[in-house]
Amino acid sequence: MAIFNEKQARPAPSNTKGIINWIFKNLLATPFDVAMTFTILAFLFWVIPPFINWAIIDANFVGTTKADCTGTGACWVFISQKINMFIYGFYPENEIYRVNIVFGLFFVFVTLFKYFGNSFITKIVIFSVYPVISFMLISGGYFGLPIVDTNDWGGLMLTLVVAATGIVVAFPIGIVLAFGRQSKLPVIRNASVVYIEFIRGVPLITLLFMGSVILPLFFREGIDFDKLLRALIVITLFQAAYIAEVIRGGLQAIPKGQYEAADSLGLSYWQKMLLVILPQALKVSIPNLVGASIALFKDTTLVLIIGLFDLLAMVHLTGSDSNWLGYDTEGYVFITFIYWFFCFSLSKYSKIIEARYNTDHR
Amino acid sequence: MSILNNKQFRDIMSQLIVVVGLVAFLWYITSNLLYNIDQRGITTGFDFFSQTAGFGIAESPIFYDENSSYFRAFLVGLANTLMVSFVGIFFATIIGIVIGIARLSKNFLISKLAMSYVELFRNIPILLQILFWYNVVLAALPSPKQSIEITATMFLNNRGFNVPKPIFEDGFGLVILAFFISIALVVYLVKWANKKFEQTGKDTLVLPWAILILIGFPFIIYLIVGSPMSFDIPALKGFNYKGGMNYSPEFLALTFALSIYTATYIAEAVRSGIEAVPKGQKEAAASLGLTPYQSLKAVILPQAVRIAIPPIINQYLNLIKNSSLATAIGYPELVTIFSGTVLNQTGQAIEVILVTMAVYLFISLTISALLNFVNKKMEIKER
Repeated sequence: MAIFNEKQARPAPSNTKGIINWIFKNLLATPFDVAMTFTILAFLFWVIPPFINWAIIDANFVGTTKADCTGTGACWVFISQKINMFIYGFYPENEIYRVNIVFGLFFVFVTLFKYFGNSFITKIVIFSVYPVISFMLISGGYFGLPIVDTNDWGGLMLTLVVAATGIVVAFPIGIVLAFGRQSKLPVIRNASVVYIEFIRGVPLITLLFMGSVILPLFFREGIDFDKLLRALIVITLFQAAYIAEVIRGGLQAIPKGQYEAADSLGLSYWQKMLLVILPQALKVSIPNLVGASIALFKDTTLVLIIGLFDLLAMVHLTGSDSNWLGYDTEGYVFITFIYWFFCFSLSKYSKIIEARYNTDHR
Repeated sequence: MSILNNKQFRDIMSQLIVVVGLVAFLWYITSNLLYNIDQRGITTGFDFFSQTAGFGIAESPIFYDENSSYFRAFLVGLANTLMVSFVGIFFATIIGIVIGIARLSKNFLISKLAMSYVELFRNIPILLQILFWYNVVLAALPSPKQSIEITATMFLNNRGFNVPKPIFEDGFGLVILAFFISIALVVYLVKWANKKFEQTGKDTLVLPWAILILIGFPFIIYLIVGSPMSFDIPALKGFNYKGGMNYSPEFLALTFALSIYTATYIAEAVRSGIEAVPKGQKEAAASLGLTPYQSLKAVILPQAVRIAIPPIINQYLNLIKNSSLATAIGYPELVTIFSGTVLNQTGQAIEVILVTMAVYLFISLTISALLNFVNKKMEIKER
């Protein structure tokens, strides 16, 4: 009787595993790859070490005045001395705690939203309470807090105020516009189309100019808009058109059968749209909604052109301090990092929620 | 049944409400507008277009001086907008395609470097990039006397980039004519090769011949006519370079930032276009015995291009709109000149801003029309 003697499997050939093989396969596969790999390595070697030298090794981190900038690299003392300007603008020093409370409350509300936002109503309540409380805290005039003029708002705080207002307020307007564009009623449809195409067809900067120059002429004296409010109105109206297009994309992805099913259940137009169509459409649109929000966050920099002091404008303001001339580069690098960090995290976050809400059973 | 439940009645009523609301709103703001114009004594109308502008413009591709009219200034702004957009689109497309393909490279370093490029520049606001190039990078360049020389004919300094300017002499028209003739020849050659391919199935290599004809024929004519072109090389006179062509720091910062930023989006469009072609297509092509080059040319690219073109055209439109940010660094394009200087001088905000918007709206609508046309043209013809 033949006995089966199990033979040990031979190990994989040495040239198909290990780091050497990985290098040959991924870096040196063809003569072209060899050339490219070495060119890129040379490029990285040319760029990265000088930057690290400048930003870390030769840089100064501690100190209080320009005299502490002794290194040949960056002087981050400039940033640490001006950090309040970068974050709060001209917000009065002893009121800054109010802004910090708003920043802190953000995390509180996110947690609340996560654990108590089970029903639609609580979601809406939590979602709308936070902006109201934040506004009361930052602007003052409530709870016996002194009023802080909007001209003193600035820095990252202003950037976040503009971006958040744009994203939150534009959202419902965008939904209505998207419904309008899909409507069967010609007047409503055409009005929506004209609005959306007009806003999307012109640069934001011309709209901001219009807001700062023409908008006041649309109202009688007595109705006075301050500079920030004008910018907020324009940014919101601008963003609404883009949100509308994103949601329209989502609406178009909903099969016709869903509309017909809702109709056959006897739902009214608004019941059908709000309870059946919109939830599905929003789910499909999440990645693009986040994309539109990132775009808006980047576009908030434009408010500096109409004279608001957002984070980007702070580079010029802090750089023009006669005690700190010549540190623009540090300022630019610092805020570049902040903008990049916000946009990059948002885009990565959108990937996560996209995966979470993906209920396709595939 | 109540009339309120009648669908037709409700449709008409809801539209009526919207119309009444819109009309009331427009009536309210226009009446206020007229009232305010009257109260503040604001001049209206477009008469200012023919008045003398009286301000200088640093760079203008068309003739302009201080005695020119506001309309002329408007044209200068428009020309600069179009020039910046054109140059930006040109470079953004090249960088975008290279980076998009590089992202799909099997070489680890190439694909990661391309990815870093996209993730870095896409997530920084374009205005910040423009200001960074202008205030940090270009401002750090040496003064004209210490210019960075490139092949002793091009000079880069903090006043801009000076390059030789070609001067066309008599007879250059013949060279241009020769160029057009060679284009016609190439078109004929391609047609001939296609016909031969359809009749015999034999592929002719056209590309090297086409390049040879396109470059060679005009060059021979150029030599025969006696080299009717010379270069005006910039030279240092006093504190700055004279002669040649000067690209200002504003122009450079704007085109750098616009091309680099828009290229990230074009790269993503190219990448997703290529990735969207199902793997089976490539395998099917291979199983038919097509070479990799044939399968790329005849199977993969035609499908990838169809997906990538619409987002790329949208990015072109975004680039044109973003060129308006030039106003932050004072490059004299449409918004800087018209919504800036002209508005301040005439005080006719409404007309000026409406005209500016109309120009951009016209460009946008033209490009969308083009996009629709392209989409229709490229639609897969199903039977």
